Amino acid sequence: MPTSALLFLVAGLGLIAWLSGRVRAIAFRKAPGQRFSSLPRHHGSFAAMWTVLPPLLFLAVWGACAPGLATNGVLKTPAAAQLPPPGFERAAILSEARAIANDHHRTPLNPLATRLAPAYAVEQSRYGWIGGATALLLGIAGGAFAFLRIRPGFNARTRIERIVMASLLAASLIAILTTIGIVASLLFESARFFGTVPITDFLFGRHWSPQVIDPRNPGASLGAVPLFWGTFFIGAVIAMLVAIPFGLMSAIYLTQYASPRLRAWMKPTLEILAGVPTVVYGYFAALVVGPALRQLGVAIGIPGATSESALAAGLVMGVMIIPFVSSMADDAIAAVPSAMRDGSLAMGATPSETISRVLLPAALPGVVGGVLLAISRAIGETMIVVMAASGAATISLNPFNSATTVTKQIVDLLTGEASFDSPKTLAAFALGMTLFVITLLLNIIALTVVKRYREAYE
Amino acid sequence: MTDKTILNDHKMTARNVSVWYGAVQAIGDVSIDIDQDKVTAFIGPSGCGKSTFLRTLNRMNDTIASARVEGDIRLDGEDVYAREMDVVQLRARVGMVFQKPNPFPKSIYENVAYGPRIHGLASSKADMDRIVERSLARAGLWGEVKDRLSDSGTALSGGQQQRLCIARAIAVDPEVILMDEPCSALDPIATAKIEELIHELKGRYAIVVVTHNMQQAARVSQRTAFFHLGQLVEYGQTSDIFTNPREERTRDYITGRYG
Repeated sequence: MPTSALLFLVAGLGLIAWLSGRVRAIAFRKAPGQRFSSLPRHHGSFAAMWTVLPPLLFLAVWGACAPGLATNGVLKTPAAAQLPPPGFERAAILSEARAIANDHHRTPLNPLATRLAPAYAVEQSRYGWIGGATALLLGIAGGAFAFLRIRPGFNARTRIERIVMASLLAASLIAILTTIGIVASLLFESARFFGTVPITDFLFGRHWSPQVIDPRNPGASLGAVPLFWGTFFIGAVIAMLVAIPFGLMSAIYLTQYASPRLRAWMKPTLEILAGVPTVVYGYFAALVVGPALRQLGVAIGIPGATSESALAAGLVMGVMIIPFVSSMADDAIAAVPSAMRDGSLAMGATPSETISRVLLPAALPGVVGGVLLAISRAIGETMIVVMAASGAATISLNPFNSATTVTKQIVDLLTGEASFDSPKTLAAFALGMTLFVITLLLNIIALTVVKRYREAYE
Repeated sequence: MTDKTILNDHKMTARNVSVWYGAVQAIGDVSIDIDQDKVTAFIGPSGCGKSTFLRTLNRMNDTIASARVEGDIRLDGEDVYAREMDVVQLRARVGMVFQKPNPFPKSIYENVAYGPRIHGLASSKADMDRIVERSLARAGLWGEVKDRLSDSGTALSGGQQQRLCIARAIAVDPEVILMDEPCSALDPIATAKIEELIHELKGRYAIVVVTHNMQQAARVSQRTAFFHLGQLVEYGQTSDIFTNPREERTRDYITGRYG
């Protein structure tokens, strides 16, 4: 049975359950002088949920198990005896057989796949029917169970509330579980990488050239220090040299000096800046800022000035982060009680003295937390460096020189034709893991600082 | 309205002062004199405009964008709202203590040194030390904090914080000190200490205390002004106001008919 038809059937059952639950509830409400905890529509929804949710849950589980069951069935047929031993080829033939079974017009590549296809079709339709029938039975059983529970004293309203809460919980768990899954896969691939490359070579090696890897000693050309340096130099130094002063000053202007009317349009404008896709900043960095800086570098006689400089990527990244720093600093300054400001002004301090001597020191932990979050965003930023930074992994203090970052290298490593288990590709996962750990630590520190600071004033 | 018997030695004078917040008039047509070496109490029910009027005296209403002040306020004959009046200097001469103690999140020493530092009153570290000690001593706090001047001002008790704020205000050697309900956030013992302090300070400064506590006004002040609904109802010797008020509204208020 096709899935869409099945879903229609389930939905239809749900509608029937809703209507009949409602009718039953309306029927017993005719008795006068009684108070009911739930309205007819609550009873209806209760019945509908019991009808729809069990088959859907079952189908979700079944969808994960059925292909495996079908493959097991196919493997028991005589034709499957000719399959090669478990491995890539065997998986490819099986997956082709499955594709042929689903789409008869497909031209087969492997004759064995053609022979296995009918068996596959049989098995799939068998498990499809089993699954569909079970789902419908579950739906009917659930609906009947709910329908029979509908009585005048039955509190369908709270039950619905509980179901709603459970679905909200499930929705939030999905995000957390996905994160855990991503981290687990990162860990797994990194572990494979560190199986071939010693972790010390990776973390402390100063030579990075993944294009030329010596198979006997892959660690020698996979030392990530130049990448860490480039990431730090672009994201935490150059970008912050732009973002911190300008972000802070715009926050001070907005909170302390701007008239409400000016603030009302300036703050959203700044926030729009935060909504510009990073790829647009990337264009800007690569096409405008990079060449301009190279000319400047050449003009003032800096050796090795390139249009793919650390400065170009860092400056544009800094501009991108300004709204973020500004909004964090804005929150931190606004959280300082106005009594502090009044106290200072009443002493005869000017607004700027008040800001630099009272408000900023008081808001400092919040500002520092915001800056740490901004750094963590900057070092995770990919698009600008992919477009504006070069791939050359050098350790240099000269901002006009080329530099590369962890994210840029991950992109380079994964866009290519290398097989998926070469040290080169796996290095991308190790880099991702390192980046993840660093940003996670930064975020934890930043949020702790911000939180402790908030508590100080509440 | 102004009592003829107290028309000498005015530190500050206010004539026909009105304050609007946007379109709402908060106080109307208040005329009053603040005397040197005296404590003047502003009493009245909540929302009567006494705090608003107090804040016009050192132009703290300037920090509220919608506030507008009309009328004439003078400090030693100088127009406080004149264009050439330097607000920074004005507030150094007319200090303020707030309802809720608001020490800066700095050390006790730095809290007191804040004003002298921004106004450049100390020529050396030793000079600053003297100013800090003298201010804390006048605020009656020196003995309690002299061994922990580097502790945070916010770590003190509420009453100590308020005395720290008074020390901070007198560190810049003001001529007038405005106190906006300085005891309303304090317990009775801390309140008693502040009142005692006000007594001791009155010889050096003109002090204005806003309070909704009539006993407090009677205890600490020599002059009392009664505000009601944004109007100055009666102003005179504290003893007269409390024993023999001329206005019926004042009598009703001090006998507890409303408030």
